[in-house]
Amino acid sequence: MLGALTQLLIFQLVGEVVARGLALPVPGPVLGMLFLFVALLLRGGPPAPLQSTSQNLLQHLSLLFVPAGTGIMVHLHRVADEWLPLALSLLISTAATLIVTALVMKLCMRAPTGDAS
Amino acid sequence: MTQDIGQIWVYLSASPLLGLTITLLAYQGAFWIYQRTGHNPLANPVLIAVAALVIFLSLTGTSYETYFAGAQFVHFLLGPATVALAIPLYTQFKRVRSMLLPVLAGLLAGSLTAIVSAVLVARLLGASSATQLSLAPKSVTTPIAMGIAERIGGIPSLTAVLVIVTGILGAVGARFVFDAMKVRDPAVRGFAIGIASHGIGTARAFQVNEQSGAFAALAMGMNGALTALLVPWLVAIL
Repeated sequence: MLGALTQLLIFQLVGEVVARGLALPVPGPVLGMLFLFVALLLRGGPPAPLQSTSQNLLQHLSLLFVPAGTGIMVHLHRVADEWLPLALSLLISTAATLIVTALVMKLCMRAPTGDAS
Repeated sequence: MTQDIGQIWVYLSASPLLGLTITLLAYQGAFWIYQRTGHNPLANPVLIAVAALVIFLSLTGTSYETYFAGAQFVHFLLGPATVALAIPLYTQFKRVRSMLLPVLAGLLAGSLTAIVSAVLVARLLGASSATQLSLAPKSVTTPIAMGIAERIGGIPSLTAVLVIVTGILGAVGARFVFDAMKVRDPAVRGFAIGIASHGIGTARAFQVNEQSGAFAALAMGMNGALTALLVPWLVAIL
């Protein structure tokens, strides 16, 4: 587990260095994910400890958003003046994004083969 | 007696122990409720835990900075957890590769919809220009979204709030939208939730199904990069 965690941190570190070094618009951890993915392709799969540590970490992924989410209390007053346009914009836009993405994917999956599964 | 409690509180509120412990407690309580409801998306654990913590911190007069001094240890794990998303992605790679066209088309359509609809609805309802700009990157993960908002003249801290609310909205509402649309493919459901509501949506997708989670992670990463490219260009022409 310690080794696996170290591996994850190393990939994050490399991602962070590359993202900052090249001034890329993508955050370091996302690049780290990309690098690890490429490494897994080259290696032909994750070693068992990395697999189980990652599973543990991802099982409670929602926990990791709680500290940042609680930060909402500091900025809530910014929302107060314009809460109606903000609320409607978020609600409509989130629903529209879900619908459009799923529809376009469904259409594309049906088109090339003619298979309507 | 009361003074003892007062002194204990002074000690606790100055140490990172309290912030860390209440984060774990609030989350485990929220997760217990979530499980008791049979993983009902309305009982989203992030939503419940955040609500409980905000109430607790407000009632005790604890500042967010003090709280975060402890909670940062949990927050820090977001980095390695994001890296770890490569593993489910690898496991599902065969399916991803066979769906290259739908994935790319869904990404482009979803990314454009997320940006344009948020800005236009806000403009229609008379939101200020800074607010509209802060809304544009709301569907991508917080660090990318704040960076974009800063670059285009939005308010980064407002964007941070909008990103989290968007994440929770998607995690809570996606199931109802997909069921109404009769979308059953876990890959499509996961990908759409990752486009619309980034990491919080991805966390929900993982709780439902590993394939959904992998596609959500893929969508979140790709949409982060695409949105960073699209937003500056789109707000110039909108």
